[in-house]
Amino acid sequence: MGLNGMNKVMSNKFYIAFYIAPALLLLLILVFIPLVLSGYYGLMDWDGIGEKTFIGLENYINGIQDKLFWNSAFHSFLLAIFSTLSLVIYLTVSFILASKIKGADLLRKIYLIPMLLSSVAIAQLWVKIYNPSNGILNVFLMSIGVENPPLWLANPSIVLFAIFVPILWQYAGFYILIYYAALKNIPESLIEAARIDGASAFQIATRIKLPLIKEVVSVTIVLAIVGSLKYFDLIYVMTAGGPNGASEVMASYMYKLAFANYNFGYGSAIGFLLLVITLIVTFVIRKLTATKDKLEY
Amino acid sequence: MGRIGYFLLYLALIVVALFQILPLVWLFLFSLKDNNEIFAGSPFALPSEFRWENYEKVWNGGIGTYFFNSIWITVLAIILTVLFASMAAFALTRLKWKMSGLVLGLFMVGLMIPIHSALIPLYSMFLSVNLIDNPISIVITYTAYNLPITLMILLGFYYTLPHEIEEAAVIDGCSIHRMFFRIILPMTTPILATTVVINMIYNWNEFVFVNTFISSEKYKTLTVGIQNFIGQYMTDWGAIGATLVISVLPIIIAFIFFSNKVVEGISSSAVKG
Repeated sequence: MGLNGMNKVMSNKFYIAFYIAPALLLLLILVFIPLVLSGYYGLMDWDGIGEKTFIGLENYINGIQDKLFWNSAFHSFLLAIFSTLSLVIYLTVSFILASKIKGADLLRKIYLIPMLLSSVAIAQLWVKIYNPSNGILNVFLMSIGVENPPLWLANPSIVLFAIFVPILWQYAGFYILIYYAALKNIPESLIEAARIDGASAFQIATRIKLPLIKEVVSVTIVLAIVGSLKYFDLIYVMTAGGPNGASEVMASYMYKLAFANYNFGYGSAIGFLLLVITLIVTFVIRKLTATKDKLEY
Repeated sequence: MGRIGYFLLYLALIVVALFQILPLVWLFLFSLKDNNEIFAGSPFALPSEFRWENYEKVWNGGIGTYFFNSIWITVLAIILTVLFASMAAFALTRLKWKMSGLVLGLFMVGLMIPIHSALIPLYSMFLSVNLIDNPISIVITYTAYNLPITLMILLGFYYTLPHEIEEAAVIDGCSIHRMFFRIILPMTTPILATTVVINMIYNWNEFVFVNTFISSEKYKTLTVGIQNFIGQYMTDWGAIGATLVISVLPIIIAFIFFSNKVVEGISSSAVKG
């Protein structure tokens, strides 16, 4: 059999269907159809069990005017900003780690451990850490003489910051891993050349290394922002959006509407808005961070 | 860079490492103490007596069921995901068809979908086919939602496989199925291991699907099970600590043995987003 026969075999429709169908059908039925349905259910007045009543765009209009929804969206965006800013810390640590440090491999693996744990376990652990009287944080604060340490998760003005710390803890290893790998990819000859030209360590880091890993940095910005917009597990377990909505985010608000209030129609509309916002933000951030001049080295 | 500079940088790295690891050390220590010791003693003191009975108590109290559910659901979903994603990678990179570009595009869009937007329709779909409170719904949902990332990781490897392999196989009269299952699939073992590791972490830690679709205790997995469990032992910190340690232990053990694969898997999952 020659190459012609080969092409015939490799373009046989039965084989193509056999190999692509399981994955494609699962993707269409369980990922894409639900997204379309979410938009459609958003047009209904529906408690999840009874009859659906078509009410047009009412849910979407209510959603756009819903102060609680925008409040939760604001919190999601705040977390996105915190996450993006924390990339600077991760980047700094990675620069140090990649500067010929002994034991760098072991250290980055230690940093990664929290990333492997479930958000539920992390949330439960940090609820204990923040426990007002017996948590390790307040025990420490009281031992150094702070008389009334904060009620971290019960104080509406600090709860979001308190929630961000475990997020920082969870993802540190992930971003450091990515930056470290990118920095290790930079050819040693480039750095050596700069050093011979008299560049300082700081100049080498900011003027040579940073521009060379620009694309990786823009990928992580997208990951940090889009990831933040989808946060749910950790917050749901730690505070369930409380106290009084002070830590509510978009996904937890949608979840509450549907699975606590049985407002499936409105919940679907909010879920659909979450999808639209995520896609728009992803698109905009990708455009903004796209590196025009692709660096070759 | 002088010696002092080097020392300070090293110190900074150690401080970060301590921040990452101390909460877990504290957790492990208090899982072996009783409330008196936890509340009155120093947080990082070793337990005066190792109270393994905390573990015995929560294991016999029902956490064993959650544990085994997590194991079989995780394993079954990994097998399906890796098999289907491998077949799809084969179809997309080796077989010749017009729509392959479009289908690949669909999988790439699938990477960006926030699962919460699909949650209500998934719930009502499973309700209408009687799969609510049935672990099958969890297995197929895990499979579907992990397919895009698994496929993306596999594709990079499939593109590098030389075409001579299937040419030789076809010329020798080897069937397509034989070529895929006996020749190509075994060649991808190293990258399959990476995808298995990443799927294991995702499935073991997943929460919202189980929390939404499963209501019977007998089907709950660890992430959801420990929620109720901890509510039940609200004031018994030792029991809560033991529950959390049991729930994270398999992943930590996997990390100790396969840390390079985990690092590789997590780095390659960065395409997600």
